[in-house]
Order: sequence, then C-alpha cells, then structure tokens
Amino acid sequence: MTMRWFYYAAPQTFYGLAGRLWPWLAALALALTLAGLWVGFALAPADAQQGEGYRIIFVHVPASWMSMVIYLAMAFWAVLGLTFNTRLSGMMTRALAPTGAIFAFLSLWTGALWGKPMWGAWWVWDARLTSELVLFFLYLGYIALTSAIDDVRRADRAGALIAIVGAINVPIIYFSVKWWNTLHQGASVSLTRSPSMAQLMLWGMLLMALAMWVYTLAIVCYRVRTLIIERERHTDWVKALPEVAGVKA
Amino acid sequence: MRWETWSDFWFMGGYGLYVWGSMGMTALLLLLEIAQAHLAHRRALALVRAEQSLENP
Amino acid sequence: MSAFFALVARDLRLAFRRKAEVLSGLFFFVVVAALFPLAIGPEAATLRHIGPGVLWVGALLASMLTLPRLFENDWRDGSLEHLVLSPHPLGLLVLGKIFAHWLVSGLPLVALAPLLGLQFDLPSDALGMLALSLLLGTPVLSCIGAIGAALTLGVRGGGVLVALLVLPLFVPVLVFGAGAVEALNSGLGAQAHVSILLAMLLPAVFFSPWACSAALRIALE
Repeated sequence: MTMRWFYYAAPQTFYGLAGRLWPWLAALALALTLAGLWVGFALAPADAQQGEGYRIIFVHVPASWMSMVIYLAMAFWAVLGLTFNTRLSGMMTRALAPTGAIFAFLSLWTGALWGKPMWGAWWVWDARLTSELVLFFLYLGYIALTSAIDDVRRADRAGALIAIVGAINVPIIYFSVKWWNTLHQGASVSLTRSPSMAQLMLWGMLLMALAMWVYTLAIVCYRVRTLIIERERHTDWVKALPEVAGVKA
Repeated sequence: MRWETWSDFWFMGGYGLYVWGSMGMTALLLLLEIAQAHLAHRRALALVRAEQSLENP
Repeated sequence: MSAFFALVARDLRLAFRRKAEVLSGLFFFVVVAALFPLAIGPEAATLRHIGPGVLWVGALLASMLTLPRLFENDWRDGSLEHLVLSPHPLGLLVLGKIFAHWLVSGLPLVALAPLLGLQFDLPSDALGMLALSLLLGTPVLSCIGAIGAALTLGVRGGGVLVALLVLPLFVPVLVFGAGAVEALNSGLGAQAHVSILLAMLLPAVFFSPWACSAALRIALE
C-alpha cells in the first residue's frame, strides 16, 4: 500500500495520473454546480426573514469552507514535504494556494454583499468575516513569500514552514477574534443564524460545496501538471511528452 | 418552478444586485482562474519546446 | 548556557555600536503615536478611547521595523553560518538573538509607551496596564517575527515581506494586548487578558527558536 503512494509521489507518474483525472473531475464539478444551482435557485423556497437575498449562501458558505479546507490541505502537504523532502509536495502546496486565496476573497466579497441588505453595512467586524480576512492575509503572505524567493526548492520549503505556522495559528486567531468581537459588539452577529434550514436550502449548499471541492481537485491537478513541466523540463521524459514533441515543427 | 418570469428571476425579490453581484464575481474569478491555469500550461509547454530547439538546432 | 549569554552580550554590543538603527525604531514609535491625534483631532475623550489601540499598533509596527536586521547582518558577514554549524544547539543560540533583539527593540517600547500614553490622556492605571501588556506582548512579537525574518533572509523586498507574513500572526497578541487596557478602562478587569498573554508568551518562547532554526537551515542551504 505504501509502495503505491510512493509510486505516485514521483512527478512523472503523478503527471500521468493527474492528466487522466482532471477532465473527469472537471466534468463532475460542472455537473454538481448545475445541480446545486438548480436546487438553490429553482427549487429552494424564499427565506422567511431574508427573502430571496439569502441565496448568496449558496456561494458564500461553500467558498468559506473551501478556503479553510484548502489551507489545511496546504499545511498537510507542507508537513509531508518537509518530512519526506519530496518535490511533489511542494508543488501541491503551491498549486493549492491561488485557489484558496480566491475562495477566501469570494467569501469576503459575498459576505459583504450579503451583509449590506441584511444589516445595512458593507462590512461588519463579526468574528467569522474578520477571521476570514486574516486567513486571506495568510494566503497572500504565502504567495508573496514563494514568489519572492528565486530558488524553487528553498521557496517551497520556506512556504511550507509559513503555511504550517499559519495553520497552527488559525485556531488561535479565530478564538482571539471571537473574544474581541463579543466584547466590542455585544450581540453576536452570525451569518448562519438560521436555526433550521429548509431541506432544499441545505441540499443546495451541500451540492455547491461539493462542486467547489471537486473543482479544486481538478484545477490543482491541472496546475501541478504545469509546475511539473516547468520544473522537470530538463528530464528526458518531459522532452519526450507528446504535448511537447508532437506539436514541434 | 419558483419564478413566474425571467424578470422576476433577475429581480430576485429586490436583492438582485447582491445575489447576482455575488454569483457574478464567483463565476468571473473562477473562469479567470481556469483561463490563467490554461495559459500557464501553454507557456510551460512553449518554454520546454524553446529550450529543446536551442539544444537541437 | 554560557553560549546563550555570550551571544546575547555580543548582540547587545553590536547593537550599541549601531545606535542609530536601534533609536530609529523607537523614534518611529514616537512619531506614529503623534500622527494619530493629528489625523483624528485633539478631543481628549476620543484620544483616551483610541489611545491603547494606537499605541499597541505603533509598538507592533516599530518592532517589525527592526526584524529584518535580526539575522541579516550576521548572514552577510558569514557569522550566521558559524552559528548554525556550531556544536551548541541552534535553538538556544537563536533564542539568545531573539532575547537580545527584544532587549534592544521591545523593552524600550515598554518604557516609552506610558510616556506616550500621557499624550492620549490615559489614566495612570491604564498606563500601567499598557506597560504590562506590552511587556508580555513584545517578546511574543520578537519570537514570531524572528521566524519571518529567518524565512526571508536575503530575499528582495525583505522588510515589507516580513510584515506581510508576520502581521496576521500578531493579531491574537494585539487583540489581547490592547484589549487588556480597554478592559481595565471599562471596569471589567484585565486578569483574563493578562493570563492569555502569558499563555501565548510561554509557547512562543519555547517553539519559536525551533521554528526559526528550521527556517534558518532552509535559508542557508
């Protein structure tokens, strides 16, 4: 079993695997998105308090979840990379970061657009939005650090360390922001205040969350393939790839 | 179906700006991400080919 | 252990030879503290309200300024490699450097802050809590900041990059540090805040040298 995993830890074999996987993942993501949007917009009823405006949760909540899951995944690959010193782990962490940052930004953007009609303000300093903002900064920090270091291996490992340090801090940051928020605001404003969501609303949210998750898998597979080509371009197997050799004049 | 007409759908009970502002930005960023990934891949392939043609003139 | 003190003494001696670097960080703190009343207005009630927060953020930024130099000078003249290769545990040596950095950059802020707090019309017990919270918080800033400094050794855009990396990680310290003074002012009592600051200080002191050593080894190979 472990031999199997280490087999795919080699860039060459992973390249093939990812190449076979990503089209299917992309198709699945598309199907899930369409299903989720159908349930969310065509089937799910209006909310008693928030009317039609609540439908933003069909992107807001999945995006928030993904931004956190992706950061954990980055930390996972970071630990793996620093422990086993595998090249692929560094590439996985790097490939995950942009998607995670985008989801974090979308969480903030959609959060603001949800907050404006509901509470009259484009931004509220509630615990979850503020923690999400800090998470967005952590993503930016990782991307800035790995972009600034020229040596690829050093950049990977420095990035891995900051990802791990960030991941350890995220619960501390969340706790401290929660504390700060309850002291300064009194009433706690929570974005998922609905005690019992209608079944369809929940289904719509879960489908969209699944869609975003599968989308992430697809795009990360695709991106890692690009990174492999760039970094392993001096090897014979890359030079012999049909994409490279076939189109050459 | 929930919606009587298309314009009801776009109007979204008065929340149109917020709902479509959210969905639109999401769609936009994810499409841009896909496009950027595709472009990066093409550039990587071109890089390999360019280096190869330098080695085998 | 003697290696620890020797390194602290060495770093202090080097710092005193370059007084300008050290003093510029403190001067920055003073200037930033003066900028806020200028921007917001001299009304005493407002200043009392924002004072703890402003001073805490100022202290944070001032200690960030001096972070890049923590390892840089040693790295440039090769002594950092000697430290890494020496038989002494690197974590202990790194802790020595962090401690020296704090003595020179953090502790003066603790002394200055109450003086600047007078500019914000803070009552004397608030000044005391401000000093205490900074006393507990600035070492944490040095510890976490050192990790950022080690990771960005020799990287272009160093100073701003360290800030971008490390400021999000400072959020808990800021929240509880400034919060301690607020809590005292509002009569709620700051025991919880102080305990939490202490609870952040101890792990920081224990784990940061370890993370820094890893970061230095990554940077130096």
